[in-house]
Amino acid sequence: MRPRVSAYQLHAPDTLQAALALLEQERGTLQPLAGGTDLMVLWESGKLTHKKFLSIWKLPELKGIAVTPEHITLGALTTYTDVLEHPLLKSEFPLLCQAARETGGVATQNRGTLGGNIVNASPAADSPPALLVYDAKLELVSARGTRWVAYHGFHTGYKEMGLSKDELIRSIRLPRTDDRWRQGYRKVGTRKAQAISKVCFAGRAIVDGRRIQDIRIAFGSVAPIVLRCVETENALRSEPLGSSAMVAAKRTLAREITPIDDIRSTAAYRLKVAQNLLEEFLLTLQ
Amino acid sequence: MRDTVRKVEISFCVNGETKTVRAYPMARLLDVLREELGLTGTKEGCGEGECGACSVLLDHKLVNSCLVPVLQAQESEIKTIEGIAKGEQLHAVQEAFISCGGAQCGICTPGMVLAAISLLERIPQPNQADIRHGLAGNLCRCTGYTKIFEAVVQACRTIGLQA
Repeated sequence: MRPRVSAYQLHAPDTLQAALALLEQERGTLQPLAGGTDLMVLWESGKLTHKKFLSIWKLPELKGIAVTPEHITLGALTTYTDVLEHPLLKSEFPLLCQAARETGGVATQNRGTLGGNIVNASPAADSPPALLVYDAKLELVSARGTRWVAYHGFHTGYKEMGLSKDELIRSIRLPRTDDRWRQGYRKVGTRKAQAISKVCFAGRAIVDGRRIQDIRIAFGSVAPIVLRCVETENALRSEPLGSSAMVAAKRTLAREITPIDDIRSTAAYRLKVAQNLLEEFLLTLQ
Repeated sequence: MRDTVRKVEISFCVNGETKTVRAYPMARLLDVLREELGLTGTKEGCGEGECGACSVLLDHKLVNSCLVPVLQAQESEIKTIEGIAKGEQLHAVQEAFISCGGAQCGICTPGMVLAAISLLERIPQPNQADIRHGLAGNLCRCTGYTKIFEAVVQACRTIGLQA
């Protein structure tokens, strides 16, 4: 049922400090709201229990993209459009750009944020597979202070994550990459745009001669969380490229992912497509 | 349950005019435009960010106004379909939609026109892929899209001649 708008409060403090103070004070009852592309949909369909929201959309401390020789640091409010317009992301982090281009339509890309995509914690989210293979770290802030955590391991179960009720993601940091890494991203959905994925793949690898020196693989929509597939990576790392490594990797992947039947697809289809996407990527490395 | 939330004063610039409304902070920008300001050109389709019928330009960026709580539009610049024509003179995109048959029932048209204008501002000479990407968030159940894509191509030709 449509919510009665008069029953919901929305606070919009001007500074991060004020926002964090409110979050601490209202511990657990205040729901942060950024671009609203996920939360407003849930709220309008009556699926949110919160009565009070905290608009963080205009907080300057959560915006901007900073580049150093070692890292690129993306404010949590970086939109998909911001990602697509950044020249360094385009050249060094193409998987994130492809994820951004395939998330919703332009209107969603103008309002949807990377921080929001992470904390909304959908297993079908498009940017997390890319963030996982880029070894992202998250900067979490609260009135108590700041801490950094690896993004890998941040999601602990369906819609569960290592974020306290009084914390916000302030930024997402990716180590700079280089052209030894070969990269691949592919989202499979019902249509080419404005669709939620049935399976989503991101991977990158360094190939030394004919051997895989290092590799990162992540999938969306095949587990309760967007999954970095460490066992599959281990099955491939240091292995020579070729059909035996391919067979072993696909078998390991089948054990590592836990796809389900739901409104968008079936477990059997997702398993088959996930294996095919892995194979497609490995073939590009040969 | 008694409501404790109060309406707040929100000011923004709509189609070049400064407006101040009193609204609940979580009211959808879509509803405020239609019901408080009488700008009913902006349509509600799905109400969940899938169809683009409620598209407006918020600070020069295309957004779904059904997903924007009005408090977030405080001090913003908003353009709706009503602000696109100059008096009786239609925008080149509107002219092209008419001449190419890009508008049928009309529900998607205001959002489609704004999405097309936003696209041409970013990419003045779009290719077919750009057009499809630029309009991917706007659904039309009448035209089959081809006439809409043709209208965008024609509009950029007209704009090119005017420039």
